[in-house]
Amino acid sequence: MRSAPVAKALGALGRPVLQAIAALGRVALFAAAILGHILRPPFYLRELGTSLLQIGWYSLPVVGLTAIFTGGALALQIYAGGSRFNAESVVPSIVAIGMTRELGPVLGGLMVAARVASSIAAEIGTMKVTEQIDALVTLSTNPLKYLAVPRVVAATLSMPVLVATGDAIGIMGGWLVGITRLDFNSAAYLKNTVDFLEAWDVGSGLVKGAVFGFIVALMGCYHGMNSARGAQGVGAATKAAVVSASVLILAANYVLTEVFFTS
Amino acid sequence: MIELLDVHKRFGENRVLQGVNLSIASGTSMVIIGGSGTGKSVLLKCILGLVRPDQGTITLDGQDVTKGDRDAFLARFGMLFQGGALFDSLHVWENVAFRLLRGPKALAKPQAREVAIEKLRRVGLKPEVADLFPAELSGGMQKRVGLARAIAAEPEIIFFDEPTTGLDPIMAGVINELIREIVVEMGATAMTITHDMSSVRAIADTVAMLHGGVIRWTGPVGEMDATPDPYVQQFIHGRADGPIESVR
Repeated sequence: MRSAPVAKALGALGRPVLQAIAALGRVALFAAAILGHILRPPFYLRELGTSLLQIGWYSLPVVGLTAIFTGGALALQIYAGGSRFNAESVVPSIVAIGMTRELGPVLGGLMVAARVASSIAAEIGTMKVTEQIDALVTLSTNPLKYLAVPRVVAATLSMPVLVATGDAIGIMGGWLVGITRLDFNSAAYLKNTVDFLEAWDVGSGLVKGAVFGFIVALMGCYHGMNSARGAQGVGAATKAAVVSASVLILAANYVLTEVFFTS
Repeated sequence: MIELLDVHKRFGENRVLQGVNLSIASGTSMVIIGGSGTGKSVLLKCILGLVRPDQGTITLDGQDVTKGDRDAFLARFGMLFQGGALFDSLHVWENVAFRLLRGPKALAKPQAREVAIEKLRRVGLKPEVADLFPAELSGGMQKRVGLARAIAAEPEIIFFDEPTTGLDPIMAGVINELIREIVVEMGATAMTITHDMSSVRAIADTVAMLHGGVIRWTGPVGEMDATPDPYVQQFIHGRADGPIESVR
């Protein structure tokens, strides 16, 4: 008879694990379906153009602002930390490496997740609860192809551009703080940055950006398409999209860093 | 001819359809009546393939609707959704011409726009409306645009899901008249689901009542008032007392 509480406890433990695995499977199937549709016609170029504008262009201010303040703060931190062992001169190179390899793609990805995953999930979720997705089906249009594919392609293409822009602005933020607050010589700061920065520092960040863009749009579309009825359902889908995209970005960042820099 | 044979559908413990048998002859207008939550919309979505029935068969001209070319099947249908289901991000004319702008028989943009404006005119809307967005329209206008979209590609079969819900009685009357006129003019097969009795009398050739997951009664609209079926009588007269349980 003692086995009953144990079974109950194991059940309580196992249920969420099984649910998580099932959810992972559903997301993987959803991603596979999107990838399967990318190269098959029809292609919705107008929707792709609109998505590029919405996801790429309109995210520039938020990514730029995030980058400039992060670059500035990074320069101050490295200067303060480096001064403990007389290594203040590493500020330009560490700011550049930190921005391009890590902070540019990760913070850019998180900001875009907050801005884009939420708006995609809310838009598609609202379309679902107002029967617009059913209407698409009755008009012989595959909702996945019409709604999800352009957004995922647009996010995957535009995130590396956003990351590159963020990197440049972030480095500029560090430079600004360096020359105005830390008494660096402007030319020397820039020379130091250029000398120490390698192509792969930038390239790895751009690859990360593309992966993060894919994750952001995938999560927005997945949760929007699976939104429950009513305002509460759309709200929950929006929240789930942002949280899952953010967590997956951080997890993917660790995996990519392992792959890129530990071998 | 659309035929449903022993169609079942459940959502969890809720058995919505429990063996629906129904025939809709080509070129006729069938109205399905029934209380809220009796599965009218689910039935309609089963025919369109938006919901997969658990059991039973649905055929269109003898062909199982779940088999064969899905796009070709859907190209024969037009549908007016309860809330209009217009695409917010598209102009009114692009909503109406949505099907015309896509697919193997897609029209050029100017041609599709012309057809859309003609269909808008058919449902009583001025050409100026074409360049507005759905959010700029009133509920009645949105319903008309939805109707224009449903008929844009001149389908053989048109479904109307609660076409007058949320409209004032005058606008509801206008929509009912439009539906009747268009269905007769196009010679289309129409299936309407509603619990608005004025719609039933204006639109229907035949009426079917869905209750308890099955079709309780079906017959010509002219015989509806005279039928002794207590379910139909309670429903059409809106009585609280009778075999249909009402929640107070």
